[in-house]
Amino acid sequence: MAAKSLTLYEKIWNSHVVEDLGDGVCLIATDRQLIYDGTSFPAFDMLRAGGHAVRRPSSTLAMPDHSVPTKDRAAISGGAAAMVEQLRRNAVDHGISFLGLDDERQGIVHVVGPEQGFTQPGLIIACADSHTSTHGALGALAFGVGSSELAHILATQTLIQRAAKPMRVEISGTPHPAVSGKDLALAVMGAVGAAGGVGHAIEFTGEAVRRLSMEGRLTLCNMAVEAGARSGLVAPDEITFAWLKGRPMAPSGALWDQALAYWRTLASDEDAVWSRRVDVDAGDLAPQVTWGTSPDEVVGIDAVVPGPDAAPNAAAATAWRRSLDYVGLTPGQRMQDVSVDRVFIGSCTNSRLADLRAAAQVLKGRKVAAGVRAMAVPGSGLIKRAAEAEGLDRIFTEAGFEWRDPGCSMCFGSKFDSVGPGERCASTSNRNFENRQGPGARTHLVSPATAAATAVAGRFADVREFA
Amino acid sequence: MQPFTKLSAVAVPFPQPNINTDDIYPGPLASPVVRLKKASMRDRADMGLNCFAAWRYDDEAEPNPDFILNQPPYDHAEILIAGENFGCGSSREMAVWALAGIGIRCIIAPSFGDIFFNNCFKNGVLPVRLAAEETSALRALAEDRSGPTFTVDLLAKTVTGPDGRVRPFEVVEYYRQALLGGLDEINATLTRLERIDAFEQDYRAQRPWLTY
Repeated sequence: MAAKSLTLYEKIWNSHVVEDLGDGVCLIATDRQLIYDGTSFPAFDMLRAGGHAVRRPSSTLAMPDHSVPTKDRAAISGGAAAMVEQLRRNAVDHGISFLGLDDERQGIVHVVGPEQGFTQPGLIIACADSHTSTHGALGALAFGVGSSELAHILATQTLIQRAAKPMRVEISGTPHPAVSGKDLALAVMGAVGAAGGVGHAIEFTGEAVRRLSMEGRLTLCNMAVEAGARSGLVAPDEITFAWLKGRPMAPSGALWDQALAYWRTLASDEDAVWSRRVDVDAGDLAPQVTWGTSPDEVVGIDAVVPGPDAAPNAAAATAWRRSLDYVGLTPGQRMQDVSVDRVFIGSCTNSRLADLRAAAQVLKGRKVAAGVRAMAVPGSGLIKRAAEAEGLDRIFTEAGFEWRDPGCSMCFGSKFDSVGPGERCASTSNRNFENRQGPGARTHLVSPATAAATAVAGRFADVREFA
Repeated sequence: MQPFTKLSAVAVPFPQPNINTDDIYPGPLASPVVRLKKASMRDRADMGLNCFAAWRYDDEAEPNPDFILNQPPYDHAEILIAGENFGCGSSREMAVWALAGIGIRCIIAPSFGDIFFNNCFKNGVLPVRLAAEETSALRALAEDRSGPTFTVDLLAKTVTGPDGRVRPFEVVEYYRQALLGGLDEINATLTRLERIDAFEQDYRAQRPWLTY
């Protein structure tokens, strides 16, 4: 009898099942975890309260990213300094590697994991952060967990969970060169909906995904969680292997060859059974922009703000009304007539070298519009250095952008960075929630290139016109 | 963990879909109580103060009378009847701690954010998935401001509204037992350590490149 056809998700999951506890609940072995300042301290408190040690310290990598200033770092003080110090203390006490603010490798966990080669195909990677889905871009099964689950992982190197249902999002066609992984991600949000992936792990397939750079895939998988899916996945291929080869924490020599042979087996079977499938055509896709307060409230840059009567159901219509009221937009208004006060290029979604290059290409020889405050925040110290070596920092600063140190920055409002009440921000981050970037802040999610074009125009702009 | 067996309490209707964990447990700037240093974000005992803080308080951190959880009988509700995808967004377990901190022990919704759903079971909070029409019917009953009693019975796996109708729900048996018994999951897993060791030896033998 032929073996049952399986999805990539099922193959990775099955290879990690220590014990089936019934009803699909499994004790699964986890390979690696990333920890940062915001959500790990309760896990360490739980370990201490229970008298538990960290079972395999070498499988964890720690770095501060949420509570770090992205300018004037030496002046870190108060609660933020205490958070970073507490993380360092917890890491050192338990023998966990710690990349501090003085380490050039420090950055946003979901940028640094792949960059260091810590993230590898076929592994289960957990982090107490929902955007852990990002790492699935390398064919790893990666998902966010709570602090209690993190404590369980640290103490046992296992987790008790129920398998997700496999969902396939097929993205076909060849998009316009200015249409990026972020635009694909936002188009997927629109097609799947904020709740459409609940209970599922999404594997992204199709021509547009196969052609996508690793940075684009990381962006795509990063946003899987915004569709409700705990994990996003792209089957590893030559783009993945080329990206990983030579990275500090990736295998080398004979071990690389052994790993590669295994990684090449990691793909969904052709006749695998999917619990849900959604198709997206990227061929004619316009750059995308969100208009509301949920990431699935999205339109093409050439579109108008939709009205609640276009909502799919009554509950959505009510939600849309609330969104429109919060963001201060009127149905029928052209997105390109909407002006912005702030532009943020950064976050675990879009702070990689390719993102900065795409924005810089638009900004070169241009200026940020009067009245717009713009900032670019690289995702890691290494990205910052590489960008500076190419002169990207000068392009940003000459255009009128601030050029910052790595961290999560204005993805959420903190005392370091925030969008003011009523201010409108074109942001390359992942959440346009009410109050996310600050109380009363109005967030519109866009790609780095669209953010740059918008900064120049002072209102949402079609980057396809910025050749 | 505090066990959950059976709860009879007031229920608050909360129909908006996609309530995210930033809404439930806002960041420091969006929370008047944190901004004005009336609540710490580090202390578990303070987390209830920050629950729905951007909506629950005005700019001076005084209770917003228009917010439903500030109004009787809902100010002492222990059951929250939500819309689709409740608890989506960030993984922050503080969202569950905050809800538990204001006395919410059970949330009924057509669907939940996956991470939030799992976090509930670690903290003695029962998330009940019921079909959208059942949830809507229960929410409508909860609109009654005389504060009728709803009963959630995890032993029988039923929700009974003030209309007397018994609505069965499904819950994965492992999670049900964990809540009923107040399971200490880490200690329970550590009793399986031999098995885990054996698994890892075999797993790693097949993957010699996993050196850390």
